Amino acid sequence: MPLDVYLNVAVSGVLTGLVYGLMALGLSVIFGVVRVVNFAHGEMMTVAMYIAVTLFSTLHLDPLVMLIPIAMVLFAFGYVLQAGLINPFITRPEHSQFLLLVAIAIIIVNGLLIVFGPSSQNVQVTYAFDSFQFGRLIIDATKAYAAVAAVAVSAALFIFFRSTMLGTSIRACADNYTGALVVGLNVKRLYALTFALGAACVGAAGPMLLLIFDVTPAAGPAYTLLAFVIVITGGLGSMPGALVGGVLIGLTEAMAGLVFTPSAKSMFAFAILVLVLLFRPQGIMGKRAA
Amino acid sequence: MKKKSQSKAAVTRRSFSAGLGAAGIVAGAAPFNVVRAQGAALKVGVLLPRSGYQASIGQDCQRGVDISAGILKDLGLPPLQIMNADTETNVDVARSRAEKLIGEGAQLLIGAFDSGQTTAIAQVAEQKGIPLVINIAAAPPITEQGYKFVFRNFPTGPMILRDAFLNQKEVFQITGSAPKTAVMLHVNDTYGTSIQKGMAAMFPKFDMPYKILQEIAYDPTARDLSVEIAKAKATGAEALIAVSRLNDAILLTRELVKQRWTPMAVLSIGPGWYEDQYLKTLGKLSDGPISLVPWYDPNKKLSKSLEAALAKAHPGVSMSTNHVYTFEALLVAADAYKRAGSADPKALADAIRTTNITNNVSPGPGIMFDAKGQNDKLKGSAIQNRGGKLVTLAPREAANAKPEWPLKPYDKRG
Repeated sequence: MPLDVYLNVAVSGVLTGLVYGLMALGLSVIFGVVRVVNFAHGEMMTVAMYIAVTLFSTLHLDPLVMLIPIAMVLFAFGYVLQAGLINPFITRPEHSQFLLLVAIAIIIVNGLLIVFGPSSQNVQVTYAFDSFQFGRLIIDATKAYAAVAAVAVSAALFIFFRSTMLGTSIRACADNYTGALVVGLNVKRLYALTFALGAACVGAAGPMLLLIFDVTPAAGPAYTLLAFVIVITGGLGSMPGALVGGVLIGLTEAMAGLVFTPSAKSMFAFAILVLVLLFRPQGIMGKRAA
Repeated sequence: MKKKSQSKAAVTRRSFSAGLGAAGIVAGAAPFNVVRAQGAALKVGVLLPRSGYQASIGQDCQRGVDISAGILKDLGLPPLQIMNADTETNVDVARSRAEKLIGEGAQLLIGAFDSGQTTAIAQVAEQKGIPLVINIAAAPPITEQGYKFVFRNFPTGPMILRDAFLNQKEVFQITGSAPKTAVMLHVNDTYGTSIQKGMAAMFPKFDMPYKILQEIAYDPTARDLSVEIAKAKATGAEALIAVSRLNDAILLTRELVKQRWTPMAVLSIGPGWYEDQYLKTLGKLSDGPISLVPWYDPNKKLSKSLEAALAKAHPGVSMSTNHVYTFEALLVAADAYKRAGSADPKALADAIRTTNITNNVSPGPGIMFDAKGQNDKLKGSAIQNRGGKLVTLAPREAANAKPEWPLKPYDKRG
């Protein structure tokens, strides 16, 4: 097979992986601070995707243009969800949290089914079929735009956590819960804010993924699983780990499909996960538990 | 002891006579019921996947049911009382719904689009002695079980493949050109795998002008098919043979455009490439693929009636396999009821066995069943997407257009 085929597929895998990474980043942020595993993560992203579909079909608004407003809607949704529903479960056993979030996921899937029906939906933007050609390298334009947007959103999130007082406070909550209480931080509010930021990540990733993939209500659980594979591979709670994991999984899926068989793409992604769990259980960028 | 003697005494000559009289009335009424059934509508249980992942197809089949009443009346056939049931795209639910319908008085069953669900319904129908007329289901074993109450007016998998090869050759003959190489992309679900295996087994018998360079299987739930198309393109094949569903057909086309590859032909064996949503989603980019599928003969008189009825009831919906074969299943039921002159299941089954409907919709000489209950005279078609519509290219007797060949380059479609 010509070398340019490998190069084309590898580039495509990396670009898709960056958007995967942004989606998983939200999960990692939530777990890293609130210590709650969001089992409704993929389902929340399908909500964002359906908002983008609705805005496009009714007002012809480009999903990339609507990325920030949709992220804000999901931010508000995440804040209310955490403050109103999840917060009382923070101190309860993990299985209670698990059941609560699975119940939320099921409600979202069935709600979307009732409202939008089972058929897949997509957006037909003017650049949906564009591609850039550099010699024998062909790059899918929608994937390129989505990946650039994913990098920009991730960078903004990194800057927020590293360079703002609020971001530092959230990190303080993550590092030392009791210490944060002692210095007078409003931990409950910061938890809600963190959950909202995680939801905003999927709010931003949803419209981007919509440019690449169609959406169905049933797609949510698959995205949740994918986000888990990525964050566990990259390191649960590690923000750079989520992006690295996303790129690794995107690249692995693409190359496995090319070198072996496309129907084995997921198998290889899970094989990476198994290897990471065996040889580096904390994930590629994760910190070993003390 | 006292109670026992009282109990014995309860069966008096008077009560015995009353019981005998009541039994006589019931016995007398039974033949009267059969006579009355001749004038009443036949109770037909229609089992379709109206929810679950096949919901959109089940609902599309239902359109064939909705438009049937007027046409059957125009044909002078007796009325049918439709009893709807949802299989929920689930084999076990299909079985229990069939039992429930029979329990509620269904005198004939129709269904159920999917081979697995239909197999379960066929077992119930045979056990209860209620005729089942299959609308759509291609698995050969359904009519290979020696069933006496199961009839299928839909081609089996091998029949679909046989006609796919024959119709391709006819298209190549008309155009005077044929690809020398092809690459096959297929979903790795039950349908895709069975077609792939069937093709491998039957390919040598048909002396096709091309050889298949590579077979590429992919997951039906795949969200991205860029790797699949990159791999197919790298083979350098002239034609693309696709065995897909709707969503993946759209994804494959998008990737063909993005990766700047226009093969000489896209030959689809199965659904997806001709469906309304494919045409609407892709617009001009949907033009050109040739689907080799069970279809209808657009030149038949009844096809035009059915098309008109569908256009009136569901504007914007193109007539397809789902409507045609569901309608024809009801046509078989109404025709058999008329000839049987009774709703008795055995009489209905005997009447269906001797069906000979030549005024029909599907390609071929008409609807008639062999000893196994299969309409083995059915023919598949080659259809092509043309400006958001579908035209029939082959078989010659059912054609209404010449092929547009080769596929127009995707980057030159405006």
